[in-house]
Amino acid sequence: MELNKLLKTLLVVAPIFALGACSSTDSASDASGSESGMDGGSYGGVETGSAAGMMTAEEQARMKQEQLRRENVIYFDFDRSEVSPQSEETLMAHGNYLVENPSVRILIEGHSDERGTPEYNVALGERRAKAVAKYLQSMGVQPSQMSIVSYGEEKPQDLSRTDEGFSMNRRAVLVY
Amino acid sequence: MKRILKWAVLLGAVLTVPARAALDIVITEGVDAARPIAVVPFVWQGTGPVPSQISDVVASDLTRSGTFKPLDPRGLPQSGIASLAEFAPQQWSGINAEAAVVGTIKPYGPDQYLVTFDLIDLIKAQAGQGVQNKQELLLESRQTVITSAQFRQYGHRVSDIVYEKLTGIRGAFLTRIAYVLINHGDKVPYRLMIADYDGYNEQMLLRSPEPLMSPSWSPDGRRLAYVSFENRKAEIFVQDIYSQNRVKVSSFPGINGAPSFSPDGKTLAVTLSKDGQSEIYTIDIATKTTRRITNHYSIDTEPSWFPDGRSLLITSERGGRPQLYKVELDSGKLTRLTFDGEWNLGGSITPDGRHIVFVNRTNGKFNIARMDLETRFMQVLTSTRLDESPSVAPNGTMVIYGTTHQGRQVLAAVSMDGRFKARLPVGQGEVKSPSWSPFL
Repeated sequence: MELNKLLKTLLVVAPIFALGACSSTDSASDASGSESGMDGGSYGGVETGSAAGMMTAEEQARMKQEQLRRENVIYFDFDRSEVSPQSEETLMAHGNYLVENPSVRILIEGHSDERGTPEYNVALGERRAKAVAKYLQSMGVQPSQMSIVSYGEEKPQDLSRTDEGFSMNRRAVLVY
Repeated sequence: MKRILKWAVLLGAVLTVPARAALDIVITEGVDAARPIAVVPFVWQGTGPVPSQISDVVASDLTRSGTFKPLDPRGLPQSGIASLAEFAPQQWSGINAEAAVVGTIKPYGPDQYLVTFDLIDLIKAQAGQGVQNKQELLLESRQTVITSAQFRQYGHRVSDIVYEKLTGIRGAFLTRIAYVLINHGDKVPYRLMIADYDGYNEQMLLRSPEPLMSPSWSPDGRRLAYVSFENRKAEIFVQDIYSQNRVKVSSFPGINGAPSFSPDGKTLAVTLSKDGQSEIYTIDIATKTTRRITNHYSIDTEPSWFPDGRSLLITSERGGRPQLYKVELDSGKLTRLTFDGEWNLGGSITPDGRHIVFVNRTNGKFNIARMDLETRFMQVLTSTRLDESPSVAPNGTMVIYGTTHQGRQVLAAVSMDGRFKARLPVGQGEVKSPSWSPFL
């Protein structure tokens, strides 16, 4: 009887702890609090839910930037070297980080698919890497923070030689 | 000591066997148009088994030339004939072939062999009555002493003589090819290789964890210029293929690419992007002095020398799409050469200076094409997939190039008239960027 009461109390209290833990953390590791919520749910087959962490707008923005920065590959259209609108968000995340951290340096690799000749593709890959560098520079990243290498078609990511494979290989990679 | 030697020999065998298989030729087109010829197995005049059959090398060379089609030796009217003296013209009357090669191999001394061969005119023999003396049937006759290590090489020499006698064109059988072999799964995937033109005697010149590109021969066939990314940037090296001595010739910021030796061997034409966009420069190999040749905001690359050494053929995007241009070194005067198809790039000039061979893109397909510089007539030579890196044989009869077959990069060859086509499949990995050596 006593035990039962204690359990009931725990069931109510545990999610509150979970919520508290969530709002007090400013790391991006656990936004939903589901891990701690599941602890509470392990009693008697009950599951608990929780509200999303209360993050400030600033925290949310920083988290999103971090996620975007994990994307370090920018893809290009065939024989083109313009940064596509879809890639801009990712590039801006890298740019903001590099502006805030002027001591951080990156290598921008330019790549192409295997159509055309190897040396033409080296030139094309460099143009892509330069387009990325120019974009970042326009955000305030210092030229000294960036170096460029073009591998052309020599380091394909996808060896299938299909149209999808080619589109995976037409890329610039930001290497920290 | 003996044991070590045994192991070394065994290891050698293990290493060379797959290398040989790496470049087995498959003729895909053009056998019907080839001229029949009889290559009679050379007569072995020693004891024990013949060390190596020279006539096999000759038959295989003549087949690979695309010009000749050796008849099945089992169907020949006479076998075991050593020379013209044993040749019986009446027995060959029904044989559809223009000439017969006969010869002998005889022990001559310690590790020395005397090789003789006669090239017999079958057309004249079959004409019959006009021939007073059998000697009139002799087109060529040679004898030479070789060592056991020189059997293949001498076979190529015989092929050169036969080919030139019957076509009037110098044979290119004593030549080599350089190429890049890639095994993407390996820790050290990139290898710069050379081999005899037929894939035998494959040797590795350099192995690197980072890409190797664009090997190009010096005119004396002793050195190779190539691009290496071993220092995480593009750099141009020149390597002596015998001494292994390597010299870094170009390591500017950005692209250092597309090296090509001038006809006198003293200068490299290259692509550099040190001043902004990719442009054509020449570099004096001894002094490292650079001279800028082109100046345009679009891509200029892939320089190749005209035989007189006074102009370069280049790929330029200045017209909106990659096309081939001729640029004069002294005046800087630029002339556009190609207009057919969507793209034309990666060009080189045939040894006679009359044609250019390049990659043409039409309807999105990349194939090897040839254009007559005088008439401007362009002919697409190949129908394989994703063709690139054409390199012309020093006698101008054949083009070797990189292509994609069953999802892998392989080498292929096509005759200058587009009739003969062959594939050189690989055992393992991908092969690309072939470069045909000059005459050796």
